Amino acid sequence: MNLEINVHHVTRVEGHGNIVVKVENGQIKETRWEVPEAPRFFEAMVRGHHYSDAPYLVSRVCGICSIAHTFAALQAIEDALEIVLDEESLLLRKLLLHAETLQSHILHVGYLALPDFLGVPNVIPLAKTHKDELLTIVRLHRLANEMSDAIGGRTTHPVNTVVGGWTKVPDREVLKHFQVRLREAISDIKSLVDFCTTLEIPDFERETEYIALYDPNEYAFYGGQIASTDEDKKTPLRDYRNKIEEFIVPYSTAKRTKSLRSSYMVGALARFNINYKLLSPLAQECAEKLGLKPRCYNTFMNNIAQIVESAHAIEESIRIIDELLKRPPKANWYKGKGKPGRGVGAVEAPRGLLIHEYVLDDEGRVKGANLVVPTNENHQNIEEDLKAYLPKLLGKPKEEITHKLEMLVRAYDPCISCSTHLLRIEWE
Amino acid sequence: MKPKVAIFEFGCCEGCQLQLVNLEEKLLDLVEMVDVVSWREASSEHHEGPYDVTFVEGTITREEEIERLKKIREDSKFLIALGACAHLGGVNCNKNVMDQEEVRRYVYGDKASWFPSILARPLSAVVKVDYAIPGCPIDKEEFLQVVTALLLGKEVRLPNYPVCVECKKANNICVFEKGLFCLGPITRAGCGARCPSFGARCIGCRGLVDEPNVEAHKEVMTTYGLDLEDVMKKYRLFWGYLEVGK
Repeated sequence: MNLEINVHHVTRVEGHGNIVVKVENGQIKETRWEVPEAPRFFEAMVRGHHYSDAPYLVSRVCGICSIAHTFAALQAIEDALEIVLDEESLLLRKLLLHAETLQSHILHVGYLALPDFLGVPNVIPLAKTHKDELLTIVRLHRLANEMSDAIGGRTTHPVNTVVGGWTKVPDREVLKHFQVRLREAISDIKSLVDFCTTLEIPDFERETEYIALYDPNEYAFYGGQIASTDEDKKTPLRDYRNKIEEFIVPYSTAKRTKSLRSSYMVGALARFNINYKLLSPLAQECAEKLGLKPRCYNTFMNNIAQIVESAHAIEESIRIIDELLKRPPKANWYKGKGKPGRGVGAVEAPRGLLIHEYVLDDEGRVKGANLVVPTNENHQNIEEDLKAYLPKLLGKPKEEITHKLEMLVRAYDPCISCSTHLLRIEWE
Repeated sequence: MKPKVAIFEFGCCEGCQLQLVNLEEKLLDLVEMVDVVSWREASSEHHEGPYDVTFVEGTITREEEIERLKKIREDSKFLIALGACAHLGGVNCNKNVMDQEEVRRYVYGDKASWFPSILARPLSAVVKVDYAIPGCPIDKEEFLQVVTALLLGKEVRLPNYPVCVECKKANNICVFEKGLFCLGPITRAGCGARCPSFGARCIGCRGLVDEPNVEAHKEVMTTYGLDLEDVMKKYRLFWGYLEVGK
């Protein structure tokens, strides 16, 4: 059998990626995952900018997880300047991060991956066949976006979250409003879970290393230490270079990473595999219903883990708002000139572990920067998954092989730069 | 026949296209009036031009993109720059003032030569742009206004007054008084002074008003204690391509 697949710019993913497959006489000659996205050189560009401007600049790395990038930058700069954030400001950041996680997960599972599982080319036919489910997805998506707007000033590229705190905080009425809507969203996420139990998830397992943030007190999204399924040892953020090695391949403008094996995976499934015991009760209940158990080696289950985390984000947001109503946050931030230092910050972006590192000079300007971005961490694992999955598909029609490989890539929710999906839904 | 609409992107975060999705049901109303024939993220469907209206997000940063953009221009009746990257060159132009070889080496080390790149530039540096929807990201309501105007055959007009006007209307305390260095006095309004309304400063994402008094603004910034070099860096955040203030 001879086969040549060249998926130029995979659709329904965020950014540009190509799948290249070559089979000659039944022998696989080549399986490659290429990223031709235009390089933008953020790490170089941010140099010279003051600590107060740098987070605004690097937020622009990614349109879909700009809140995560902003927080990784703020955390790193605060680490460098030895600023300890007050508890309320920190809680408010965690709330805003949950809003982004919910927005991103619902967008990906609902609009992007779901058509794959239902065997339709895009989301349009679902408006007819699955109208209620789609309306549920739109409701959850809107709730998450409106939370980001109200708390962070904007859905994309937040404005009021700055080094040392916030220039404006939401008042009690706003928080209460969202708490009511979050409580209502519990039934939405439950019905989404029920629906997802009917999906047929492809059976493909490949053991790999999973890496995520770890915090003994909570299911970590903001800060903590770096944990791996391959070792008990936890790595402090400042030592991230000891755990993660960055490298480059000629056919991709995106950097890649490895750790204890030739590749590792980050994202919802990695977090679940490492931190499942710390999920909220509702999220644990959802995981059980969906048949998601640690340690899960099926990449396709990443979408299921995203649903579980959506439930967690909703329940945790309700709890955080309870806390914030008891001790309201205040608008307060760091106004100092800055000083020299090195700092590292990390958050779990929707797609996985995100690390920012900055070195500041005596004027508080950025002198050096390094960014480890989740999709870059996954690229090598994507390629190795493709290599392992392809032999299982050989013999099937080319169209089916292509579709399954694309689906595998989409399961990672790759955010190659960042964008989105959803167009032309026709409502009855 | 419904007008044919296409959406393309170059170097950017694709956050502006995300705002289109965030329109939720309003996007659906819009889509009833136009035929979206190419949008990679949204659909596997792709139709070659000609297009009636083409939205382009992102900055030109590679040689081969120049030809691609020229082809898009040829295929398009109206070409609209979507957001700060396409409109101004945006944040991507921050590298332009640096040694280009050093920039590549800083990110890709000894593999720098694998990743050729040119000075970042807005669409208008390469082709004629009919309209721009400013902002980083764009404001989804403003997008709707522009599209509605186009569909009705009306001229698209952006406000030609600074953010300060909208900020005053919003009853905000001037953020200079809070020790923040604001670009609102010379930045084009239309955002409803969103950032100052959230207690933050304007960082200039919508670009300059026509005939901005940059010299006076520089003076204000230095009066409030910022040295000139740092003023320039704040201008460069979104206005690097224009080298504003130089």
